[in-house]
Amino acid sequence: MVLGTYKQITLARSTDKQIQKISQDGGIATGLLCFALDEKIIDGAVVAGPSDEMWKPEPTVALSSDEIMAAAGTKYTLSPNMWMVKEAVRQYGLEKAGIVTIPCQTMGLRKMQSYPIGVRFVADKIALDIGICCTENFPFESLKTFISAKAGVNFDLVEKMDIGKGKFWVKTQDDMISFPIKETHGYEQSGCKVCLDLVSELSDISTGSIGAPDDWSAVQVRTDIGETVFNKAVDAGAIELKPIDEGKFGLEMLTRLSKSKKEKAMKEIDRRKELGLPVPYKASSEKEDPLANV
Amino acid sequence: MLARIKEFLGMEAKPKEEASQQEVEKVAEEEKTKPRIGYIHLSGCTGDAMSLTENYDILAPLLTEMVDIVYGQTLADVWWDDENPMPEMDLALVEGSVCLQDEHSMKELLEVREKAGLVVAFGSCAATGCFTRYSRGGQQANPRHESFVPIADVVKVDLAMPGCPPSPEIIAKTVVAVINGDMDYLQPMMDLVGYTEACGCDLQLKVVNQALCIGCGTCAMSCPTRAVTMTNGRPEVNSDRCVKCGVCYIQCPRSWWPADRINQDLGL
Repeated sequence: MVLGTYKQITLARSTDKQIQKISQDGGIATGLLCFALDEKIIDGAVVAGPSDEMWKPEPTVALSSDEIMAAAGTKYTLSPNMWMVKEAVRQYGLEKAGIVTIPCQTMGLRKMQSYPIGVRFVADKIALDIGICCTENFPFESLKTFISAKAGVNFDLVEKMDIGKGKFWVKTQDDMISFPIKETHGYEQSGCKVCLDLVSELSDISTGSIGAPDDWSAVQVRTDIGETVFNKAVDAGAIELKPIDEGKFGLEMLTRLSKSKKEKAMKEIDRRKELGLPVPYKASSEKEDPLANV
Repeated sequence: MLARIKEFLGMEAKPKEEASQQEVEKVAEEEKTKPRIGYIHLSGCTGDAMSLTENYDILAPLLTEMVDIVYGQTLADVWWDDENPMPEMDLALVEGSVCLQDEHSMKELLEVREKAGLVVAFGSCAATGCFTRYSRGGQQANPRHESFVPIADVVKVDLAMPGCPPSPEIIAKTVVAVINGDMDYLQPMMDLVGYTEACGCDLQLKVVNQALCIGCGTCAMSCPTRAVTMTNGRPEVNSDRCVKCGVCYIQCPRSWWPADRINQDLGL
């Protein structure tokens, strides 16, 4: 299962004009969290919010739609969202916390829920996890370096960053500059090289741009909780749907990219095992499905 | 239930032909009786016992219907001395590290190993030494008491449940797993028996240095003393605050990865 277990795969976008304007693609993470907050499915959410520094996100506990919307849009650098989960439950007193996670964070979250060894009464307060598709992540200095060196853009002038059509896009007030995504290789953090998960396989609902046309997201509904929340949001008109294109730029591309991330990671995992370096995953020879996230 | 655990742990590794009819009957008899549990308190703060009792909703049926607490100073008011020998136990939870200079603790721990089928290092003091690792003696009530070590340094341990304290949920989940003979769930706890030299610096040595850190922040979240913060997406450990409980590294998704259990729990 290259895309993990899921109940539904579809294109989706938020119907809220304001969210459409500020979010990355279809505004699914922002739209679903705002909807869940309005419906009291969650009473707050851990998101990658703004910090004092432009484009450097900070894990933030958002308690209102405004605060959720302030965190809209992708930041291509590290935001240790798991760090704020205990804070959200203890300091902010959330009983039903939402959280946005990239695949590795989803894995930290789910491990904590199945084995809450040192984490007291936090696991049961997680009401909704929105997973984001992720190919790799960049240290903040890496991001700054290739934006200024490859795109030749003053970091402070960047208005939006995006990855799509094989390119890294940098938008400023009066310009749209791009360079091949290949040129970012070597800048990513090395922990990503053993990651077998592109599509947040363990989230309640996962969302991403791969396989979706502009301004839409490709969404996978995975768990029972995810299904309930997603269907409510669709029924209420907060999210609109469109079938995903099965072809080359749709499902096929998502499948291909997920498979290629997994294959690359498995090579690295096997190489590490041979060298005797630690890695928490099984070697390809040790598992039935060599691409499974185990 | 216990027969299954013992069999799995190789504690009753007698060849099949030796298992006489009598022995089979004995095991069957044992299955019907409630497991006898002991709680042994060595050098710890009672936080682990407190965490156990935080399972209010399951505690009463657990203590009265599912198990017999046959030994323990806090939970059962049973003390061991020369006139009252320590009873036989199926499972002993040991809280606290053991002080090598404390004859009483050493004697009690060795006796527990004799009398208990399964010994659990319960809480980080017993499992990793935790904050008692910092002891240097020279204090009242006994200035000679300076060397506190995880119990696995002295006796064979079957399961380790670290945590400062272990959360009430992990205790409940483990109890349920033990009663159901769910060895898959217990496997990580068996593996953790060998993790006795824990430190916040394991995040650096075993994760960042090994090119495995992805900056998710799970370590910083799980630290019970807020010794771990995240700087530029990497854990930073304040060693003055670290109590060496091991929880940060144990919760890290890159230390061990229980994929099957997670999929099962999520219904995926």
